[in-house]
Amino acid sequence: MEWLIQILNSVQYGLLLFLVASGLSLIFGIMGVINLAHGSFYMIGAYLGFTLAQWTGSLWIALPLGIVLAAALGLLLEWTLISKLYRRDHLYQVLLTFGLILVFEELRSVLVGDDVHGVAIPSILAASLPLTDTLSYPVYRLFISAVCLALAGLMYVVLQTTRLGANIRACASNPEMAQSLGLDIRWIHALVFAAGVALAAFAGMIAAPVSSVFPGMGNQVLIICFVVVVIGGIGSLKGALVAALLIGFVDTFGKVLFPEFAGVAVYLLMAVVLLFRPSGLFGRT
Amino acid sequence: MTTRRKFVQGAAALASASAIGALLPTPARAQSAKLRIGMMLPYTGTFAALGTAITQGFNLAVDENAGKLGGRDIEYFTVDDESEPAKATDNANKLVQRDKVDVLVGTVHSGVVMAMVKVARDSGALLVIPNAGANAATGSQCAPNIFRTSFSNWQPAHPMGKVMYDKGHRKVVTLTWKYGAGEESVESFKEAFTKLGGSVVKEMYLPFPNVEFQPFLTEIASLRPDAVFVFFAGGGAVKFTKDYMAAGLKDKIPLYGSGFLTDGTLPAQGASAQGLLTTLHYGDGIDNAKNKQFRFAYAKKFGVQADVYAVQGYDAALLLAGGLTAVKGSFGERSALYSALEKVKVDSPRGPWVMSKAHNPIQDIYLRRVDGNANEVIGVAWKALEDPARGCKMA
Repeated sequence: MEWLIQILNSVQYGLLLFLVASGLSLIFGIMGVINLAHGSFYMIGAYLGFTLAQWTGSLWIALPLGIVLAAALGLLLEWTLISKLYRRDHLYQVLLTFGLILVFEELRSVLVGDDVHGVAIPSILAASLPLTDTLSYPVYRLFISAVCLALAGLMYVVLQTTRLGANIRACASNPEMAQSLGLDIRWIHALVFAAGVALAAFAGMIAAPVSSVFPGMGNQVLIICFVVVVIGGIGSLKGALVAALLIGFVDTFGKVLFPEFAGVAVYLLMAVVLLFRPSGLFGRT
Repeated sequence: MTTRRKFVQGAAALASASAIGALLPTPARAQSAKLRIGMMLPYTGTFAALGTAITQGFNLAVDENAGKLGGRDIEYFTVDDESEPAKATDNANKLVQRDKVDVLVGTVHSGVVMAMVKVARDSGALLVIPNAGANAATGSQCAPNIFRTSFSNWQPAHPMGKVMYDKGHRKVVTLTWKYGAGEESVESFKEAFTKLGGSVVKEMYLPFPNVEFQPFLTEIASLRPDAVFVFFAGGGAVKFTKDYMAAGLKDKIPLYGSGFLTDGTLPAQGASAQGLLTTLHYGDGIDNAKNKQFRFAYAKKFGVQADVYAVQGYDAALLLAGGLTAVKGSFGERSALYSALEKVKVDSPRGPWVMSKAHNPIQDIYLRRVDGNANEVIGVAWKALEDPARGCKMA
């Protein structure tokens, strides 16, 4: 029974990782922009969730508001800063987005302060399901898993079956060719970047009730997000999903079976994957 | 937040003014010259709130002393250490070598403080530590010129072994982050608990600052210990108590912790922390005149309630005031100054305490119960507890 629950823990953690990393996968994979500020967008989402839920009194109202605000922020950043860097070396993107981390972290400190804040779980999801006589499972965690699956499905449908998705994929594989065929790639880039920011912020908002909001929370998720994208293969959402689940299993069972090595288990997995598949599990070679 | 802004700006202005001062030739300093105090604390980053509280506590004590220590006016030199161990040696050297401070005060982060300890040992500068609990600072690395006014990691956790044994718990599980403060706390708890006859059935660790607790909660549920002891702080502490309750364990397997589990985080923890028992060297509602006077003055001056960090900063200044007054503000005879500091009886809001031979407070550790947004003191868990100062040649 304990092992079944640990498998549930693994899947649930993996899906949460996918939710957090999907925005990065989109921006990194489709636009080729190394976005170190991804963790900051996650943090911004969590704080938006916290602030808006306080103002409106409900996380359900805060969610759509927060997504709109985050997407607007994404559009603004893409237009003013990111779009200047597409033709530059990756190093410029790293520098700029690292600067954004510092700016957002300081803004957070000035606007909201450095205290830890809790976000209430919406009351209809606040219950726990009893699994054994000692252990229950919070319904909200199952809800997060369901949201992640729905989101993965939605992204797949949009990218693979719609005309917009086809355009985005065209831009990803050959921007010059796509442009010469009449696609407005500036618009597509702006759209993808905004969607990536909104996804990260959405993940932050959804995760806020379980993780709380606190200084430095964005930096904690940033590294694991890059691990997900690298293992999955750059440019592959399917890869990101598989990688996130794989990491969920390795991390959970690493903690239970080899507690001494729990800290390195995930990175060991990344090293092994890269050894045999240098471009990731589903990466284009 | 504006006060902190202003403070940092003021500190920056002060620091740049001092930098210019350092370029000018300075005559040999007479005793009547200003006392140069170097404050090396985190004013940005995760521990910013702690650094600010320590500074405010320190300032309050100096104000109550007419702005002087040992009869001397004070000149402050401030460095934001960012809780960044990589910059710690440089920062400490800047204050000691360039600004020629008489006293170095800092800091919160244990990794940073160990670099400061090294600088203090190499240069002979007087160091007063107002928070960081690394056992080694007043253990294997102890020195005549290093004093601590807070606690050693060993101290707050140790009495919990007795408390939990007395509650009838015999088989417990421990869980913490795999890093200095966590490991030293669990080690200290285990020492007290097993000495009485209890047993730790499993010690669990997760990498710092990972907060995916679910696999451990599943294990705790299947191991069914009598109780659980944890060390977590800040955001991790909030997530842990919430996850513990959501997993349905709160009412089935009692949770205990070192006081940092519920300090400064109660509004965010809400129901998940109610009723928890923790041990620490400070708490809410300590019933002595000094504490009441201190809390009132602190709230009046800074507009916020004092916390344990403010008390530790306050005590750092009280210690210096006591020691320096005894030697009339003179740094001439080092050994006289150090033995004066050793003899100070600090009239602290946490209750009076004295220095151990290793220069760490011999202090009461309180048992506290969470009630609403307060850690109410319900008794003394261990009277006048002294750190064993393992490896210290002075002890």
